[in-house]
Amino acid sequence: MKSAIQPIVNDVQAGRRTATQVVGEALEKAAASTEYNVFISFTKERALKRAKQIDDRIARGEAVGPLAGVPFAAKDNFLTFGGETTAASNILKGFEAPYQATVIEKLEAAGAICIGKANLDAFAHGSSTENSDFGPTKDPHDSTHVPGGSSGGSAAAVALDIVPFAIGTDTGGSIRLPASYCGVVGLKPTFGLVSRYGVVAMASSTDVVGPLTTSSYDAALVLDVMAGKDEFDSMMYLKREASYVPEPTNEPLKIGVVKEYMGEGLEAQTKSRIEAQIEALKKAGHTVEEVSLPSVKLALAIYYVLVPAEVSSNLARYDGIKYGHTSSEAHTLSEVYTKSRGEGLNDENKRRIMIGNYVLSSGYYDAYYRKAQTARTLLINDFKRAFEQYDLLIGPTGPGPAFKLGENVQDPLQMYLVDIMTVSVSLAGLPAVSIPAGKVSGLPVGLQVIGDRRADKQVLALAHQLEGLSK
Amino acid sequence: MSSISIDDVQKVAALSGLALSNDQQQTYTQQFEEIINYIEQLKSVDTEGVEPTYQVIDLENITRDDEVIDYGVSPEALLKNAPATEAHQIKVERVL
Repeated sequence: MKSAIQPIVNDVQAGRRTATQVVGEALEKAAASTEYNVFISFTKERALKRAKQIDDRIARGEAVGPLAGVPFAAKDNFLTFGGETTAASNILKGFEAPYQATVIEKLEAAGAICIGKANLDAFAHGSSTENSDFGPTKDPHDSTHVPGGSSGGSAAAVALDIVPFAIGTDTGGSIRLPASYCGVVGLKPTFGLVSRYGVVAMASSTDVVGPLTTSSYDAALVLDVMAGKDEFDSMMYLKREASYVPEPTNEPLKIGVVKEYMGEGLEAQTKSRIEAQIEALKKAGHTVEEVSLPSVKLALAIYYVLVPAEVSSNLARYDGIKYGHTSSEAHTLSEVYTKSRGEGLNDENKRRIMIGNYVLSSGYYDAYYRKAQTARTLLINDFKRAFEQYDLLIGPTGPGPAFKLGENVQDPLQMYLVDIMTVSVSLAGLPAVSIPAGKVSGLPVGLQVIGDRRADKQVLALAHQLEGLSK
Repeated sequence: MSSISIDDVQKVAALSGLALSNDQQQTYTQQFEEIINYIEQLKSVDTEGVEPTYQVIDLENITRDDEVIDYGVSPEALLKNAPATEAHQIKVERVL
């Protein structure tokens, strides 16, 4: 079983290595990789203190959790103690969280140790991590390329072997796309399986929390700790699987290849990498057929109505009053709002807030917002029909390998288009995992396994099987 | 094709509580036209008789007793990040 997490837990529990050593090594590796700009800040003091607590427990013969001593990176939109939480935005510079995200609490209770806060596009608005107010992260495979986004720092931290896992958020592809560009595994769980309490909100109807790892097995280990009902997130399923760890099986599956993802817009060599995986699945005894989901062609247009609309609402809380940046030029209450927001939010944040308010405004609501929510139903129905015929769906994660830093910065619509294969899954609330599917000109590309709602375990099981086949 | 004017951008900036420079207003006018034209493709989709989807988790109303839950966060901790406080309250510019 390929795992970067389990050997650490085994070593720490058996006393072969201490948690303090493991955390110290991770912090050293991070310090040696600063050229990639992976982290916004470190939680060194707290991490070492927590490592010592775990070492002390082990020395006393007390039980420790399933992730004891495992260091991880948290995207900087998770509220954590031990430093600042900025969401990579100047408007939150200096913000110290008064409480921690539920998933951070759960991971800590399991013995995992957060060593630092990973870079992202500010407020997770982006697909390249270039929209960070703290500078872009660079792709570990080629530092002239982007790592993908918005969880670019989280993906790079795993790809650079600084930590065995990181956590990120995925609203329209923000875990899967960077996983694809950085050559790691990225799981977007079913909407409503993992708590978002204490996570800086972007679009509440599609925001999910998930892990980035080096294997599907490790993604399952982390999901096992994070999944499950939380009183503080009202949009959650009441039940979960006992475990998401894949079990060995030879059961032949019916797998659909999403036709619309394999056609126009898909780079030729990326297509051949995906086709090689399809052949491997057929050889392994699965039935793999093309399936058409015509409405996925609308997904990006639907997404760029609904998500900005939700962003405009969620980012209204940054008003210069309760926390975050306050303009020193403001003399009236109204100026506190407009100038603090004008100074603290970046161009992409403003673009999305304004597009959102535009599509929600009087006279346009029915034409854009309601129309998009209705088209969303058509998209969901397409997936429902597909899952009546197929156990799982597959396709590429993105239209090609990572693009160059700066290539799409001046053209927001071109930047949005790299999410074309990930957004439909988000709008339908489905689970999907991106796994490495080989390289194109030295840069990794990803394959996406998509499941029906709450089929996270099946999605991880097929991904796990594919990892074994591609050896 | 939809046409976005600088007036549209100024109006939506005001709705959004955002102060924009003249340059930003120009840039956004051109970019919004491109983005809005892209999402216009939804107008040609036949959605006759289709209900909108607002959430994907199919939850019904869940009720609970109206009891105070201790979030474990003190008022002091919540006020710590406010730019200005006085007497345990957040201080703002005068409204009236």
